[in-house]
Amino acid sequence: MATYLEFIQQNEERDGVRFSWNVWPSSRLEATRMVVPLACLLTPLKERLDLPPVQYEPVLCSRPTCKAVLNPLCQVDYRAKLWACNFCFQRNQFPPAYAGISEVNQPAELMPQFSTIEYIVQRGPQMPLIFLYVVDTCLEEEDLQALKESLQMSLSLLPPDALVGLITFGRMVQVHELSCEGISKSYVFRGTKDLTAKQIQDMLGLSRPAVPMQQGRSLQTPEQPVISSRFLQPVHKIDMNLTDLLGELQRDPWPVTQGKRPLRSTGVALSIAVGLLEGTFPNTGARIMLFTGGPPTQGPGMVVGDELKTPIRSWHDIEKDNARFMKKATKHYESLANRSAANGHCIDIYTCALDQTGLLEMKCCANLTGGHMVMGDSFNTSLFKQTFQRVFSKGYNGEFRMAFGANLDVKTSRELKIAGAIGPCISLNAKGPCVSENELGIGGTSQWKICSLDPSTTLAIYFEVVNQHNAPIPQGGRGAVQFVTQYQHSSTQRRIRVTTIARNWADAQTQLQHIEAAFDQEAAAVLMARLGVYRAESEEGPDVLRWLDRQLIRLCQKFGQYNKDDPNSFRLSESFSLYPQFIFHLRRSPFLQVFNNSPDESSYYRHHFARQDLTQSLIMIQPILYAYSFHGPPEPVLLDSSSILPDRILLMDTFFQIVIYLGETIAQWQKAGYQDMPEYENFKHLLQAPLDDAQEILQTRFPMPRYVHTEHGGSQARFLLSKVNPSQTHNNLYAWGQESGSPILTDDVSLQVFMDHLKKLAVSSAS
Amino acid sequence: MSVNQQAHTGPPYGQPQPGYQGYQQPAYGGQSLPGVPQAQYGAYNGPVPGYQQPVPPQGSLRAPPTSGAPPPASGASHPSGPLAYSQFEHGDVQNGIPASAAPVQRPPASQPFLPGSAPTPVSQISTFQQYGPPPASVQQLRNHMAGMTIGSTAASAPPPAGLGYGAPRPPAMPGPPLPGQTVAAPPSSQPNHVSSPPPPSTMAGLHPGPPMSGLHGPPPPTHPPQPGYPMQQNGSFGQMRGPQPNYGGAYPGAPNYGSPPGPPPPPKRLDPDSIPSPIQVIEDDRNNRGSEPFVTGVRGQVPPLVTTNFLVKDQGNASPRYIRCTSYNIPCTSDMAKQSQVPLAAVIKPLAALPPEETLPYLVDHGESGPVRCNRCKAYMCPFMQFIEGGRRFQCCFCSCVTEVPPHYFQHLDHTGKRVDFYDRPELSLGSYEFLATVDYCKNNKFPSPPAFIFMIDVSYNAVKSGLVRLICEELKSLLDYLPREGNMEESAIRVGFVTYNKVLHFYNVKSSLAQPQMMVVSDVADMFVPLLDGFLVNVNESRTVIASLLDQIPEMFADTRETETVFAPVIQAGLEALKAAECAGKLFIFHTSLPIAEAPGKLKNRDDRKLINTDKEKTLFQPQTSFYNNLAKDCVAQGCCVDLFLFPNQYLDVATLGVVPYQTGGSIYKYAYFQLETDQYRFLNDLRRDVQKEVGFDAVMRVRTSTGIRATDFFGAFYMSNTTDVEMAGLDCDKTITVEFKHDDKLSEDSGALLQCALLYTSCAGQRRLRIHNLSLNCCTQLADLYRNCETDTLINYLAKFAYRGVLSSPVKTVRDALINQCAQILACYRKNCASPSSAGQLILPECMKLLPVYLNCVLKSDVLQPGPEVTTDDRAYIRQLVTSMDVAETNVFFYPRLLPLTKADVDSDSLPAAIRNSEERLSKGDIYLLENGLNIFVWVGVSVQQGLIQNLFGVSSFSQISNALSTLPVLENPFSKKVRSIVDMLQGQRSRYMKLIVVKQEDKLEMLFKHFLVEDKSLTGGASYVDFLCHMHKEIRQLLS
Repeated sequence: MATYLEFIQQNEERDGVRFSWNVWPSSRLEATRMVVPLACLLTPLKERLDLPPVQYEPVLCSRPTCKAVLNPLCQVDYRAKLWACNFCFQRNQFPPAYAGISEVNQPAELMPQFSTIEYIVQRGPQMPLIFLYVVDTCLEEEDLQALKESLQMSLSLLPPDALVGLITFGRMVQVHELSCEGISKSYVFRGTKDLTAKQIQDMLGLSRPAVPMQQGRSLQTPEQPVISSRFLQPVHKIDMNLTDLLGELQRDPWPVTQGKRPLRSTGVALSIAVGLLEGTFPNTGARIMLFTGGPPTQGPGMVVGDELKTPIRSWHDIEKDNARFMKKATKHYESLANRSAANGHCIDIYTCALDQTGLLEMKCCANLTGGHMVMGDSFNTSLFKQTFQRVFSKGYNGEFRMAFGANLDVKTSRELKIAGAIGPCISLNAKGPCVSENELGIGGTSQWKICSLDPSTTLAIYFEVVNQHNAPIPQGGRGAVQFVTQYQHSSTQRRIRVTTIARNWADAQTQLQHIEAAFDQEAAAVLMARLGVYRAESEEGPDVLRWLDRQLIRLCQKFGQYNKDDPNSFRLSESFSLYPQFIFHLRRSPFLQVFNNSPDESSYYRHHFARQDLTQSLIMIQPILYAYSFHGPPEPVLLDSSSILPDRILLMDTFFQIVIYLGETIAQWQKAGYQDMPEYENFKHLLQAPLDDAQEILQTRFPMPRYVHTEHGGSQARFLLSKVNPSQTHNNLYAWGQESGSPILTDDVSLQVFMDHLKKLAVSSAS
Repeated sequence: MSVNQQAHTGPPYGQPQPGYQGYQQPAYGGQSLPGVPQAQYGAYNGPVPGYQQPVPPQGSLRAPPTSGAPPPASGASHPSGPLAYSQFEHGDVQNGIPASAAPVQRPPASQPFLPGSAPTPVSQISTFQQYGPPPASVQQLRNHMAGMTIGSTAASAPPPAGLGYGAPRPPAMPGPPLPGQTVAAPPSSQPNHVSSPPPPSTMAGLHPGPPMSGLHGPPPPTHPPQPGYPMQQNGSFGQMRGPQPNYGGAYPGAPNYGSPPGPPPPPKRLDPDSIPSPIQVIEDDRNNRGSEPFVTGVRGQVPPLVTTNFLVKDQGNASPRYIRCTSYNIPCTSDMAKQSQVPLAAVIKPLAALPPEETLPYLVDHGESGPVRCNRCKAYMCPFMQFIEGGRRFQCCFCSCVTEVPPHYFQHLDHTGKRVDFYDRPELSLGSYEFLATVDYCKNNKFPSPPAFIFMIDVSYNAVKSGLVRLICEELKSLLDYLPREGNMEESAIRVGFVTYNKVLHFYNVKSSLAQPQMMVVSDVADMFVPLLDGFLVNVNESRTVIASLLDQIPEMFADTRETETVFAPVIQAGLEALKAAECAGKLFIFHTSLPIAEAPGKLKNRDDRKLINTDKEKTLFQPQTSFYNNLAKDCVAQGCCVDLFLFPNQYLDVATLGVVPYQTGGSIYKYAYFQLETDQYRFLNDLRRDVQKEVGFDAVMRVRTSTGIRATDFFGAFYMSNTTDVEMAGLDCDKTITVEFKHDDKLSEDSGALLQCALLYTSCAGQRRLRIHNLSLNCCTQLADLYRNCETDTLINYLAKFAYRGVLSSPVKTVRDALINQCAQILACYRKNCASPSSAGQLILPECMKLLPVYLNCVLKSDVLQPGPEVTTDDRAYIRQLVTSMDVAETNVFFYPRLLPLTKADVDSDSLPAAIRNSEERLSKGDIYLLENGLNIFVWVGVSVQQGLIQNLFGVSSFSQISNALSTLPVLENPFSKKVRSIVDMLQGQRSRYMKLIVVKQEDKLEMLFKHFLVEDKSLTGGASYVDFLCHMHKEIRQLLS
């Protein structure tokens, strides 16, 4: 087993890929019986310190329907200077530049350690990155001030040649012209009227036709930036100007009467931002960054009316079909997201408000374009400030951790077909022989567009085995998948990263143990979770849970060892042992449970879940709990109420929150001030330890987690109590008052109960 | 009272036709005219010796040219003239009666035409007829057409004419006048008879002259002292003898027209000097009534003419500066009114400016309960209300309803039934006063905020290139300190805002806290909105530096613009929305240069089509292209958004459509065609200054209440009406006038008379809601003669012009003209039939009060709107049409009959104006310089043989040929003549609400054509009849009606 774990880890590090099954069942029928689909988590731009990009074009298979990239799995005839495509078996000549190759003189892409390789290609003009700020001015003075400062600060973080633009909105939407001197000039749009891209471009004076009139000029500078430059300017040219402009930014001047929400035209502002970029820089990497402090209250995309007495929709309203504006607004933002995605522009949403801000309706803007979604209470918090700063953080090599306009192309060998993908992408509708008719996630295509991605962006890609039952194990015994990701690097270079992997086929009837041993339960849990969350977006919550349960039961039936109808005999092998627990926590997670979460929160959580890599995803599913005590070094402990002990400090990381919880005794000690006494310095260290560890997590996590420091009995302890497995509750009295943890006041079932049921159902012959 | 008759009649020649002789045109001849004429009319009152004097000078002037004889004659004649008038006075009643006169006319005239025949006698003849054509012609006239074809003369070939006017006659004019020929020679193509001077024929007519003279008996040549005159005068103008002399001389020698020189036939034209002269009438009124204040205490009192300077003392009736009526004596029954055809109308100028000597209406504050009103008709408390029951109740003077006097208003009555506090309360003792309105009188029951002015500047290519944008911005910098303010307030309460636009709109944030103004572009013109609230409308003092910075930068920002297209409706919408957002009323000052062809609501296309003139579709030229602007205007009125439009077109921009909103919101339009900075900036800036500074009320509603028996039925002016009684104006300034027509709906009684109460509810420029009340009491009559004796022709013309100008929107112009002529003929015929003492049918007898009706009416008929010349653009016509619609009586008076002043006659040492002369080329001497003004333009006409010294003094150049046509102001030279002329020009400019364009015209220069257009007594190039011709025509019409 150890070997498999190593294998999996090695593969992940090298290729950024984790498959649910690392040995593949060789027939369609067997594959479906495996319950967990054959799928993988792909991190296309996984940071690889040891992978210097090569400076030439990849060699492609000449078959028009294939075009796979030359890779280590290809058979090469060095003498004839031929290579055979391992996907379509086409024989190809090497291009002239490869004349000198031989067994000892191989190009990098043929070396086995370069199963993942990155090419830098020269295509088209290099366009600078574009950042378009879309700023809500209906904020409290304090918030606005903080936001202005953050924005001004961000100017210094941008690449100097990046283009920036500014749109502000409140009741009206203003597109600021950045090139003008003297009078500051802006184009104003009414916040209630939806405009087509063409209208927006006309009104901003961006329409082409004007140019030909002045022949002299059009000859010398045919490039488009001339036109658009009024609104998008290189940051190094106008940062002073823009800093001033941001400094002068006032709150929306329209009066807001008592009992009303400010009129906020988020829908139109976004529409204009999308239209502006669409007209001027299609297919160029660009970020639209929306900063908003409340829900859209007018115009297309409005989420709630301006009457404060009408609260914004809750899950309850949605279930009752009582959310008046939701469908229309969602449609509006979806169409914007699709347009934006089609042009390769991404939309970030930074919302800070105590109430909901309409993320539910707007989520697709970030989800479909790969944009960030950040939710906070106020712009004047470190959570926002640092998160925002982190958007512009740089990687180990001094490059921005962002890439744009990626095009992911997946190729499979014949026995496999592609069922779909789940992640921050849209379909490019590339039909082909390797596209399955059965869809999982965003299917029906072999190519997806990811408008913005960073090194941790991870997609789940689902496959279908199409080899017929009884057919022999395919030739060579291995199946292969190639991922080709073309993207615009933050340095504005076009790059192509190619990852080619292969796995063994195995006959499930005879070699089930191999397949079983090669099961990656972590990946499987995340892949199933993504499917579940994806379904939850469109289906009723209970249905999804039921589906998830059924899948789990079937899996247990298939791979468990038991005697029929004897729950006590049920055993799972080590490679499956954690899986039910993951599913247990997943069922309780905010990704599937909407109780106690607002629709915005649900959208926010789901957004992040659908793009994080495996490790982070697992944290989200099952938070990590560390215990600090005088009894030994810090140790991970069970996410269970029994872990909550008076003499422990607990550190919980749920990805979205970092909770430090002082046990009852510790809290008392701290109140008594022992940490300040020299003789109790060790207590001081104990208190400090979790803080330091938390700090470490805070340093790297994006978005910044909410940082909660609480203690036994503190109101914020709920963050911890709601996550742990309620093994002790007010119901099972036997534990009451004992030293063994802290009861949770809940009716939720505990893991124990869950497992008991699972066993019962799994062994039941009835099901 | 006065009757003027035409003496013509009798062309002795044999033909017995009485009639018209006159028309012939004496006038045309022009030459003769000069000297003498005017004098005679002088005062009808009495023979004023004075008159004569004027004559001399003229005489002298003229003399040179044509008729040698004249001078002396004139002198002689004058005397008689006066006499004549005096008679009128006496005999008011009998106008026209003078037996003697009557006979005279008769002379059968026509035959004489025959060529040659007449010469000598002629002169005399001419005299008589002032109006009419000499006898000879008479026949013809009749023959012809009755109409006017005067021209055609003798030719008896009568064109069938029923047509009178408009009918395209064969050229009457034909030069060669053979009497017989009649038409034959129709040289000119002019359709209207009017136009062509019937030269020859006329001449023929001359002969008739003698006969005429016969009347008087005056011997041919010099009639001067004719005994006869006196008699005649009674009403008949006809005989002015003065003229005769001249003619005599003149005719023979001088072929007037020039054309028919050869033809000896001395025209038997009517002597222009013998027909009623506006100059004389004005002068008389000025002399008689200018010295005493006009006290308004008496019911039905006819005020002095508008041309007279007089003071008003309000003693219970509104000053004529606020209200003037066509008649101050109203027929008691509608039958009478119909019979007379005299329109009953009042011209109301509710916020008229007063001379400093007169006091503004007092502001009465009745506290929270508001003004006291009749319970039923809601009339406001006024001097005519009757208090009864010891003062506990009052009876409404309009509807007779009895209303309780509110306790706080109670006051005891004295023994005469007057309240004890009568003299303490303006609303009981004055004709005009104001009430402070309570909140009930406010929109939405909220006291209004102070109004706002928004300046909206076209910054398209043309506007920038011509320097207009820079000019406006420069001017605004200082002008903003002169916004109207109320009473003694330190600073104006009015807030200001700025917008520039071409195809899109640019709003400016000029909030005082900003270091720099901010520009906000709104390109969504299809759906206009205001992008900002705070900072758009600001107090001038608070935002002074930001505004200054903005005004400095606007010209720079658009200096390189290439945008030529503009929008228009969105601009108004933007202003409207801004006012709505600020919840106030206000005024938009829009400076616009071109036809709005950019894609936007209210987009227009060029639809100018001169081919439509004189067709049934001509009216479409006056109608807006789209109803869009009407709806927009409605919205503007609802918000109290008044629009003032300054146009700077280089080509057609459809004033008819663009003007809809300004017009219906009570705004003004100013038009500067082919604007050039050098020549037009002064005029534009003056207009702008005056427009910005003048007193103005907003969000106004006016209602006119009348006593039972008549009611207001029709309204003319710049406003909007959503129902049939309330005149709504988004803005109303001190120059805007509303003409209201009344009709009977019951009988009136002579005892109680008729009352008018005009109540105007408005918001003052400081945001105070007020009611201004004007009351006027009129007499009622059962005798038509009383009606005719208390008419005011200037007011009548004001009404008729507005009526006609509105008519062109719905009817062909010809129909409108015919209707006008017809109505006047009926008015005069009714007089002749019912009031004048019997006289021969051939005699034209005019009521004294209306003796100028024909000449003025002719001017209306010849105006650009009703009879455009080739150089008059469609936009000009639409512009003038709208302009006239809100003119007051003084403005229409000078607009239709311009003032012509001989500058060289000015007394350099006094500050008086030189005596005006009649608008005819004959009156001009080529050795003099004249000034002509009509309220829109000032012409300075320089004769070819003006002394060099004068030219040097006035223009600073040494010779006639060096005078530049392009002068738009007179050079400032330090000599008495220059100073005097400039002071005259300044004085005139000061009297008008618009700065007049000054044009220097040299005699025989091409610009002279333009100038001649304003010599309204002459035949116009576009076919307008001369005064004399028209008078003849009128006479004929009247006779037809009578027969």
